[in-house]
Amino acid sequence: MMNALHADAGPTPPPVLEMRALEREFTRKPVLAERLLGLLGRQIDIPVLKAVRSVDLSVHEGEVLGLVGESGCGKSTLGRMLTGITSPSRGELDYNGKPVTELSGQALRDFTLDVQMIFQDPYASLNPRQKVGDILAEPLRVHRITRSETETRKRVDEALREVGLDVSYRDRYPHQFSGGQRQRIGIARALIVEPRFLVCDEPIAALDVSIQAQVINLFLDLRRRRNLTYLFISHDLSVVRHIADRVAIMYLGQIVELAPAARLFAEPAHPYTRTLLEQIPSVRNRKRKFHAVKGEIPSPLKPPSGCAFHPRCAFATDRCRAEAPLPRDLTETHRVSCHLFDNN
Amino acid sequence: MTGQDKTIPVLEIRGLQTVFHDAQGAWPAINGLDLTLHKGEVLGLVGESGSGKSVAGFSVLGLIDPPGEITNGEVLFNGRDLRKLDEESLRQLRGASLSMIFQDPLTTLNPVLTIGEQMVEAIAEHTRGATPDLRRRCAEGLARVGITSPAERLDQYPHELSGGMRQRVVIAIAMLNRPDLIIADEPTTALDVTIQGQIIAEMQELQRESGAALIWITHDLGVVAELADRIAVMYAGDIVETGSTDDVLDRPRHPYTRGLLNSVPGDTAAGEPLRQIEGSAPPLSRRPAGCPFSPRCDRASDMCLDQPPPPEADANGRVWRCYHPLPEEEAA
Repeated sequence: MMNALHADAGPTPPPVLEMRALEREFTRKPVLAERLLGLLGRQIDIPVLKAVRSVDLSVHEGEVLGLVGESGCGKSTLGRMLTGITSPSRGELDYNGKPVTELSGQALRDFTLDVQMIFQDPYASLNPRQKVGDILAEPLRVHRITRSETETRKRVDEALREVGLDVSYRDRYPHQFSGGQRQRIGIARALIVEPRFLVCDEPIAALDVSIQAQVINLFLDLRRRRNLTYLFISHDLSVVRHIADRVAIMYLGQIVELAPAARLFAEPAHPYTRTLLEQIPSVRNRKRKFHAVKGEIPSPLKPPSGCAFHPRCAFATDRCRAEAPLPRDLTETHRVSCHLFDNN
Repeated sequence: MTGQDKTIPVLEIRGLQTVFHDAQGAWPAINGLDLTLHKGEVLGLVGESGSGKSVAGFSVLGLIDPPGEITNGEVLFNGRDLRKLDEESLRQLRGASLSMIFQDPLTTLNPVLTIGEQMVEAIAEHTRGATPDLRRRCAEGLARVGITSPAERLDQYPHELSGGMRQRVVIAIAMLNRPDLIIADEPTTALDVTIQGQIIAEMQELQRESGAALIWITHDLGVVAELADRIAVMYAGDIVETGSTDDVLDRPRHPYTRGLLNSVPGDTAAGEPLRQIEGSAPPLSRRPAGCPFSPRCDRASDMCLDQPPPPEADANGRVWRCYHPLPEEEAA
């Protein structure tokens, strides 16, 4: 039945997480003067920042989905919504087919533990006053996963070994470690509750080149050993190309292109994706003339009309300025939001 | 174009050593640096954090404050030893014929002065002129780095500009007095890729026009590959390898250079493990006695642990410090 439906692509694993029209806005509370004016019936105008604007995306069991974009595009906010750190303003998020907002009891506990996050800054994400052993034991104690201190200790040691750290490190403080080691501690903390899904938010951006390679290898290795699913958020396309199965490109709060990694890098469709690919400096290029894309990333407080990329796009037409493009499928797995690919 | 040039190099560094003092002693952050740079040349100075690449840049300008100290060596700028100059003569050179661009444009610019005030100050320090003239020169400088409506920008404050704009202002200030040498310390690291592309394009253009020599300090091998004529790779205070960009990146002799190149995804098939360098760089205070890279190097022998390797050179002007260099034929 399954095979008959997906005759050429093979069975697609079920989505672990599914986002439908997911949105997140940030705003501020009105100050006293504004509230008073509001009481008097005046119109008060508080700016609203749309960090994530209507994202439809699903992450399948066992895959690595790369999420790429520049600063301020909403990629971290999206990641934080998946882990439940930030709640969506609008839209739906399903975990294993059930809306997250309706989860309760054991199902909610499963979601909380199954979806873990790894943060960018290994300096800010570890408590400097806790020993590594306590940092790692805390999730076990809070969620009452282990029954005894001996068991906790055993799990902590296992987690340290799994990320390539010596078990004697459990008695040290975070400041005694290098950036790469701290990131390993952050990974061990996420792994200790045996998650199925890791949201990695720029996990290697703060690390040196030679250390980046070590941590990338650790992610690849963990994936093989534990059959983990990743949302891998990064601005570094060459890293995403290496680690991801599918790649989503985000611009100003929206997914503008989604495709299998090999296809995206071979045949990028969206002008923004093409620009990004051209701009990556590569050790293979020499004295290249850069054809820089014009302009800056617009403020998410005042997104441009129509297609958000049109002010910087070399192919923009009047239609792009007026009308936001809808996502359309180029192939079964390659989706792009751009008027250039309109069939009529 | 490189080593054999008969003209006086813009910059020649010989045996430069800068140490940092603490209660336990003096630790060298750069350890006997040799470097030559000719007019119009772009040198990529590459290294990981703590390798001493920024300290090298600061040392050239004499911008080392206690607990740091320049203890040894010569810095010949157009033939004059900067280390022999007094502070006032150095100040005359800095910002005029010798300028520096820092990584973080927000901390480089003064937040309480307008762009115009800061730019005029940079010119007025070195040349005389009526303020309207100076302001006109500043506006031209801003236009050259791709800033639109430059005259209005002069009256804005740094916080009113985006990160990319601010870095352009910093570059414009560095270029104002037509320097012979620009030292740029990770100038695009804090910026997004599309903005980085713009800044690199503009720097290439400016550098070609003015013929200034440029030292581009970075950890990003891709950026220097696209920009530099020559590359110097630093590790734990030493330049472990230097040579033409093609030689160093396509046919590295030093195992650390090879290791860095292997650490960047690209040559390895997607999903396969990268060939990583084990371990991490030593802190200043625990620099090994022999070759600094020996604890992480799979080619290391007893010799490497005892004595730091001396520099060796080939006919193309490539220099490496390694007892067991990779074979010459090996291409990437």
